[in-house]
Amino acid sequence: MSSLEVKDLHVTINGSHILQGVNFFVPENKVTALLGRNGVGKSTTLKAIMGLNPGTGSIKFGGTEIVAMPTHKIVQMGMGYVPEDREIFASLTVKENLSLAARDAEPNYDLVYSLFPELLTRTSQRAGTLSGGQQQMVAIARALLNQNKILVVDEPTKGLAPKLVTEVANALAHVADHSTMLIVEQNLALVKAIAQNIIVMDQGKVVFEGGPENLQDETFVKSMLGVSGGHK
Amino acid sequence: MSTFLLILLTGVGLGALYFLVASGLSLIYGLMGVLNFAHGAFLTIGAFTGLWISTKVFPNPTTWTFIAAMIAGGIAAGLFALLMEQLVINRLYNRHIDQALVTVGVGLVVTALLAGWFGSDARLFPTPLWFMKAVTIGEAIIPIDRFVYIGVATILLIAMLSILRFTRIGLIIRAGVENRSMVSALGINVRLAFSTVFFIGGFAAGVGGVLISVFSYGVSPQMGGSWLIYGFIVVVVGGMGSITGSAIAAMLIGVTNQFANYYLTGLGDFVVVIILAAVLLTKPSGLLGKVNH
Repeated sequence: MSSLEVKDLHVTINGSHILQGVNFFVPENKVTALLGRNGVGKSTTLKAIMGLNPGTGSIKFGGTEIVAMPTHKIVQMGMGYVPEDREIFASLTVKENLSLAARDAEPNYDLVYSLFPELLTRTSQRAGTLSGGQQQMVAIARALLNQNKILVVDEPTKGLAPKLVTEVANALAHVADHSTMLIVEQNLALVKAIAQNIIVMDQGKVVFEGGPENLQDETFVKSMLGVSGGHK
Repeated sequence: MSTFLLILLTGVGLGALYFLVASGLSLIYGLMGVLNFAHGAFLTIGAFTGLWISTKVFPNPTTWTFIAAMIAGGIAAGLFALLMEQLVINRLYNRHIDQALVTVGVGLVVTALLAGWFGSDARLFPTPLWFMKAVTIGEAIIPIDRFVYIGVATILLIAMLSILRFTRIGLIIRAGVENRSMVSALGINVRLAFSTVFFIGGFAAGVGGVLISVFSYGVSPQMGGSWLIYGFIVVVVGGMGSITGSAIAAMLIGVTNQFANYYLTGLGDFVVVIILAAVLLTKPSGLLGKVNH
């Protein structure tokens, strides 16, 4: 069971009521994209799911309530996380970053190095000296090392050069073929390519749930996301 | 030249003692963000445990009984630190004011309990006879205990760096110093690393307590407080979370203190404060600071 059900999720940070009753469902073996303008609570939602932001309400992962569970236990249940801004350990080498993330008895280094062969040549390099794109590869690789039931991915192509966006998008598309994924992403081309469901948030609430075909509609994209769908 | 060498080695020896006090403080703050004002109590507990071993268990001091006293002092302080982490700090993570108040309280309680039990007067720490001897280097006559402080601190420095560098728990601690929430997000129970760091920090302080008892010619319930201040200065100068930074800063402060005391007639503490101010003004994260909470 790898479905995720969020019901009436509220998060307050420093007195600000960021999430105001978020409800959505992430079905098994499908990719669900969480969309919305900047500052509507997408990353906060992912952090609340991971237990990094304390929230109230209900989050059920595979039928188990995880809303008050410590982060490490949620991850040990099979939830992989790729955070916004990478959050790699700058003073550790690439190899150390990966071995720290390895939970399974036999971590899938073959998959990671086949998706990101560049990392294989940089195992002894300190992660802080990598380029932004390479750091993103490390961040994604950490989540792919283990057999996760669901991947929670926060803006994986943010700030990357177009060539690297393609590389990261290809890796995610490969993973998306046989995994449950909840992804926050501004790159609508990537969302259209990998997502089967989209959820749109506005002002701390879910305002739309549907299929990615809606992203073909320019009016929908402009009104919901405040951007043009053609070039994003 | 002989005076210079004597002051230099005395300063390095003093720096070695500062390092033993500061290393645990630095790791504890670096990993957990806990400003541990009870760290001086770890030192005092180590010293009193060592004294008990050296007077009651093995009343005839030899090299081996002194080593046993250091190890017992380290273990007692480490266990006390672990107990405090489990019973008190565990409930107060991310409540920094409460942590400061509680750890100050624990420090005061330990001092008061020990003073009530043993009295406030300093008690001489029995050492092997060779501690009283000196070696001649060039024309300088150097008390041999300086080399003991330097040797023990070096062993502990290498042990700590090896744990941090070559073990899984060390990897978790190094990562946790940078970003502990991300360590949790990789499925790791970072609390285990917290407990390990408290034990290691307490152990180093306990061993330091035994050696400081020899350096200061006595064990007293109040000894932890004054050394704690220097521990904090070393941590700030070296950088929170960096063992190597603490080692460098401890040497810098120990040696500068001794030279300033001799050549500027007792202005050692003043010069140390000047160094602290200079570091805070020019590099607030310290020489090798790593913390990014």
